[in-house]
Amino acid sequence: MDDLYRDYILDHYKRPRNFGELEPHDLEALEHNPLCGDELGVHIRVSDDRIEEIRFHGHGCAISQASASIASEELKGMTLQEVGELDADWMIDLLGIPVSATRRKCALLNLKVVRGAVTGDHDWPT
Amino acid sequence: MPSVAENSAAGALDVRADFPIFSRGPSERPLVYLDSGATSQKPAAVIDAQAEHLRRHNANVHRGVYALAQEADAAYDGARTRVASFTGADPRTTIFTKNATEAINLVAYAWGRANVGPGDAVLITQMEHHANLVPWQVLCRERGASLRYLEVDARGELSLAALDAELERGDVRLVAFAHVSNVLGTINPVAEIAARVRSAGAVSLIDGAQAVPQLPVDVQRIGADFYAWTGHKALGPTGIGVLHGRAELLERMEPFLTGGDMIASVDFLETTWNELPYKFEAGTPPIAEAVGLGTAVEYLGALGMERVRAHERSLTAYMLERLAEIPGLRVVGPPEADARGGLASFTIEGMHPHDIAELADRAGVCIRAGHHCAQPLMRCLGVGATARASVGVYNDRSDIDALVDALQAGREVFGL
Repeated sequence: MDDLYRDYILDHYKRPRNFGELEPHDLEALEHNPLCGDELGVHIRVSDDRIEEIRFHGHGCAISQASASIASEELKGMTLQEVGELDADWMIDLLGIPVSATRRKCALLNLKVVRGAVTGDHDWPT
Repeated sequence: MPSVAENSAAGALDVRADFPIFSRGPSERPLVYLDSGATSQKPAAVIDAQAEHLRRHNANVHRGVYALAQEADAAYDGARTRVASFTGADPRTTIFTKNATEAINLVAYAWGRANVGPGDAVLITQMEHHANLVPWQVLCRERGASLRYLEVDARGELSLAALDAELERGDVRLVAFAHVSNVLGTINPVAEIAARVRSAGAVSLIDGAQAVPQLPVDVQRIGADFYAWTGHKALGPTGIGVLHGRAELLERMEPFLTGGDMIASVDFLETTWNELPYKFEAGTPPIAEAVGLGTAVEYLGALGMERVRAHERSLTAYMLERLAEIPGLRVVGPPEADARGGLASFTIEGMHPHDIAELADRAGVCIRAGHHCAQPLMRCLGVGATARASVGVYNDRSDIDALVDALQAGREVFGL
């Protein structure tokens, strides 16, 4: 078995959870990975200050798509304040694979998009 | 100089032993280097020439009266003469820059700011590298000119009829285009394009970064007004590029960067410019790098650029043939090796190019993945990114076989 492309990573890549458009939505953002031109957008519906529904859309590599898919399952139900406090380690730990320096942005793109939508902070998660 | 020998494939070069990086030692992983389109590996001759210059001849140029400084002058200007003779240019109109990007910016600033204005147009193509695109975008925005694009057709080629139609509009001041596309591999008919641009009264600039390392290039015969390329893709060091320009244009142009070495005399308020090519070389130039590049073109010249082209054409034909074995793989650009340089950009159904490159690396195969600094072209091709394998003089068929094996293994990891 490959260290990086584990079965669950490929499963999330091929059958991403919570992908598509969400209409109507309360929050949205769209970000690019400058390294590869990949694009990831998010629609979020909020209820009682919590993420009620979330959908990602766009295109990218297995790492970026699987990260978004895996994160989406955790993000649902979180308060907006909790989302604002998520950092890079949260995402990397959640992913559970050794991510090299060059692929780090692939893994973090979804968190950047979500934080952009929720807090307006468009910096890369650290 | 190169240890030229025939190997199994007719006309193939056998020079890998000249490149120290391929014998890094048993502790390192085997190296299958298929990213020469990004940068080439360096022969020992180039590495040694630079080191030898720094060890024995190092002094600043164009200022010293002592013997060592004269050695440095001779080395620097000698390198310019070798580089100019390699590309059929005059040393006086051969300007050393930092890279091809700076060479293009030199023209965009020093020629463009004086010759492109409101109502004028700059024409480029959809296949340009960002280096030959962004400087023109900035120029046109600043000068109120319009930037127009020649389309790339389904084969990945330009249409001369479309060029004529653009030129007939009468507003085009400059046409900038790649000699060889870094994504499609397309070899453009540069001499025909330059001739049409000239007869329309416009100025041509050719980005030769991909072409000079692999094709016989004679800038006089091509007839371009400006021809830009870079050292590090042509077996030379990083930090040095080349701009060849037509003397009448260069003489009329104001300098790009100003400072030391590019002046004739400086008074408190007025300065007169040095003669060509020094007018465009402000500050201490990349001296050891020039020496390295001079040696690199000498090395290529000894191989013979016709042979280099034959070698890379044959490898490219083999690569296209072998890549066709892989299910779901699509190569972009002209389908025949004759119409393209030594590279293949491709996609594989069900795998993102980054994942393709990451998995190729598991087998020590170095290929590039991404938009290759050509995002507008990616949009034309309808893809976000591609993987790209590009060959150099040191590659042989075993490298292509290793690539194909690695791609097949990668597909298996993805369950394809």
